[in-house]
Amino acid sequence: MRALFSLFAVAVIIVVVVLAVTTDAGRLFFGTILPYAAIAIFLVGMVYRVIDWARSPVPFKITTTSGQQRSLPWIRNSNLESPRNKWGVLGRMLLEVLFFRSLFRNTKADLKDGPRLVYGDAKWLWLAGLIFHWSFLIIFIRHFKFFVEPVPGWVMMIQNLDGFFQVGLPIFYITDGLILAALTFLFLRRVLIPQMRYISLAGDYFPLFVIGGLVISGMIMRYTPLRVDITDAKLMGVGLVTLDPVLPEGLGAIFFVHLTMLTVLLLYFPFSKLTHMAGVFMSPTRNQANDNRVRRHINPWNPEVKVHTYEEWEDEFREVMKAADMPLEKDTESK
Amino acid sequence: MAESKPKPEILAKVDYQPPGDDWMELPVEIRPGTFNYAANPANAKYLDLPHVRKWQPTDDDWQLPENWQEIILEGLHDRLKKYRSLKVFMDICVRCGACADKCHFFLGSGDPKNMPVLRAELLRSVYRRDFTTAGKILGKLAGARPLTPEIIKEWFLYFYQCTECRRCSVFCPYGIDTAEITMMGRELLNSIGLGIDWITTPAANCFRTGNHLGIQPHGFKDSIDFAVEELEEITGIKVDAPINKKGAEILFVSPSADYFASPHYYTLLGYLALFHEIGLDYTWSAYASEGGNFGLFHSADMMKRLNAKIYAEAKRLGVKWILGGECGHMWRVLHQYMDTMNGPADFLDQPVSPITGTRFDHASSTKMVHICEFTADLIANGKLKLDKRRNDNVNVTFHDSCNPARAMGLFDEPRYCIEHACNHFNEMPENTIKEQTFCCGSGSGIGTDENFEMRMRGGFPRANAVKYVHDKHGVNMLACICAIDKATLPPLMEFWVPEVDVCGIHELIGNAMIMKGEKRTTDLRGEPLPGMEESDADESGEVKEVSEDV
Repeated sequence: MRALFSLFAVAVIIVVVVLAVTTDAGRLFFGTILPYAAIAIFLVGMVYRVIDWARSPVPFKITTTSGQQRSLPWIRNSNLESPRNKWGVLGRMLLEVLFFRSLFRNTKADLKDGPRLVYGDAKWLWLAGLIFHWSFLIIFIRHFKFFVEPVPGWVMMIQNLDGFFQVGLPIFYITDGLILAALTFLFLRRVLIPQMRYISLAGDYFPLFVIGGLVISGMIMRYTPLRVDITDAKLMGVGLVTLDPVLPEGLGAIFFVHLTMLTVLLLYFPFSKLTHMAGVFMSPTRNQANDNRVRRHINPWNPEVKVHTYEEWEDEFREVMKAADMPLEKDTESK
Repeated sequence: MAESKPKPEILAKVDYQPPGDDWMELPVEIRPGTFNYAANPANAKYLDLPHVRKWQPTDDDWQLPENWQEIILEGLHDRLKKYRSLKVFMDICVRCGACADKCHFFLGSGDPKNMPVLRAELLRSVYRRDFTTAGKILGKLAGARPLTPEIIKEWFLYFYQCTECRRCSVFCPYGIDTAEITMMGRELLNSIGLGIDWITTPAANCFRTGNHLGIQPHGFKDSIDFAVEELEEITGIKVDAPINKKGAEILFVSPSADYFASPHYYTLLGYLALFHEIGLDYTWSAYASEGGNFGLFHSADMMKRLNAKIYAEAKRLGVKWILGGECGHMWRVLHQYMDTMNGPADFLDQPVSPITGTRFDHASSTKMVHICEFTADLIANGKLKLDKRRNDNVNVTFHDSCNPARAMGLFDEPRYCIEHACNHFNEMPENTIKEQTFCCGSGSGIGTDENFEMRMRGGFPRANAVKYVHDKHGVNMLACICAIDKATLPPLMEFWVPEVDVCGIHELIGNAMIMKGEKRTTDLRGEPLPGMEESDADESGEVKEVSEDV
């Protein structure tokens, strides 16, 4: 139901765009006004989000340790899983952000007769997640060629690597296939695995459909007869970044669908779970060292609390302590 | 509860299929065996807790204070401002589901709200509704829902069906820690007078007498004296166990269960024997006679209130540093909170082992050392004579307690101790130990009789791994370094793997350790000590000889 709603929302957006761009006003809105607004909202929204997180302090050093601590000199510390210093934290974060280290640990529990609980490897989610994110990044970088002139060499290099197999005409980019496959997997596991369907919100399907729409419309423009004129696309892209927007006549509805999917994604980003892109860097269980007993962590709001002092305690128990011959700070009789 | 005790073959049938398709529509069921009784009003009052009243979870009307919604929402707002963890964790979960089958309560119950992701959504849905734009506009569509008394009941049930073990946080790609969510949820519940007795009463006891059990100073002294006598009966050696001794080099703090519960008690005998054997200049404290801290399961403030005693006492007694016994959540507090809350401990010295001269650089600020670190160092420096054969009657496996594992990374030290004290040591499968260890199912203050069914369910993954090594290697002893484990693993074993007993590491050390001038025929439990049975020891000097093998 929540999946259908999200699919419906994306379909409505596409229909609206297709209809709207038949008019000049519609082309202006979806081709210039909305993209600029989206970029502004995305940037301001994400910066605001990060600042807002950062405004809340980290009162305690609550590192989740996934490896041996540093203690005795002859015990090997696992600096990447239980970082003893900043370098360890940096390494741990890099592994997390670039290679999804924690997700790589994933297992699948199965209850067999006996009863016997067994834990099998479950790397598919990790693999699909990794492929999806890396493909997205590479495709994003490939698109630089539409926005800058001359196109930097390293962008061309990445593009050439992506088309390494030289299959098809125009050459098929590996990442196009990979991201579509990964998206399909991520969507299917959400609807086919009962627990996943149960926990999924509309907000979990929506970005999948938007990105799906983005990828498919992009592929249509490259690989099908609905192909867009690259020169027109580039004119438009360069115009956008040089703040001199132009909308060449040759850009058809499919182009505007593609652009609008990106626009919607940017607009949606700061208000959704997609903020994990920035949030992952701020997770207090991952970005702090396990050096608690070496370096005192300061809590800026460390409150005064009511304690039961030794003096109060001895006052309450002096008689029984005396009877038990226990040492006292203040002996009432000898006073 | 005896009449309603469930059977293992019933609990072992777990259905992981979620009921219906909308968890928000799922009614809350406060079912016997799966919840904890409400706090005793007298004890809540003693701690100056708000909105104290007589109520029980089974009541229809929980008599929430008139402005309860305001208190909860303001409390949530306040905590979002104070804890970046909460704020980030509320926003960035993508519901990838990796955490779902990592939780022992989900694995044991199949209840979808025990998936860590949904446990967090219980709070997140309320957060969305009142603190996010999308939630305010789109409501349920954005996963938001208005705060109702029914939700409070749901929180009460599920934030006390989480043991704050942090296993899910190891697997989460963003390190989202459900313990943080549960801790905030419990703080909010406590702010409207919804605490449970098994947490509130120990906290009140600890605040007043110095320990969870409410043992007064003379009772504490009696217990320690009794243990000294018992150790003399077993070993023929009278050890010294000073209490509140000013000027001692080291303050020793351990969980109170060590001197009042079984099998903790045998670990206490192990400590006493060890400290005597190495001639440690130390003291117990009756004022800080509790290392554990049920405040951790109540609120950050309560944790600080109870924890303050340890540094205060160390300062008063003029010790150089502090040594801590075998306890799980106690070490979460000591390692991750104590220095921040009640430090700096600048009146203490950098911990140095007086026996080996080892400087414990890893504790240079907090000035508190874990006994397994201390003992492993003694063994590594050849300061103990250990005869492993004396533990030949046990085939040991080691249960990593959640907190020393996932909040300290204390993995090799206890294993080193076991390996030097026992001949038969077999690890459980790798997905169930170290950072992936499974909780006993009764931690974080929910180890009550009334919660028995849920404890057995939550402890099922742990017990099942024990059963595996019991069947495969003949393991008959589950060693652990946590007082809650020692209290709750025995009934768990009795339920799922009745052939396996539970012990502490320093019980194993105490049994294996050859003491100068000892006359031993039994182990610390009073059972025959392998290789040292009376008749054998009388007949030959052979035993003594091999026992020198260290």
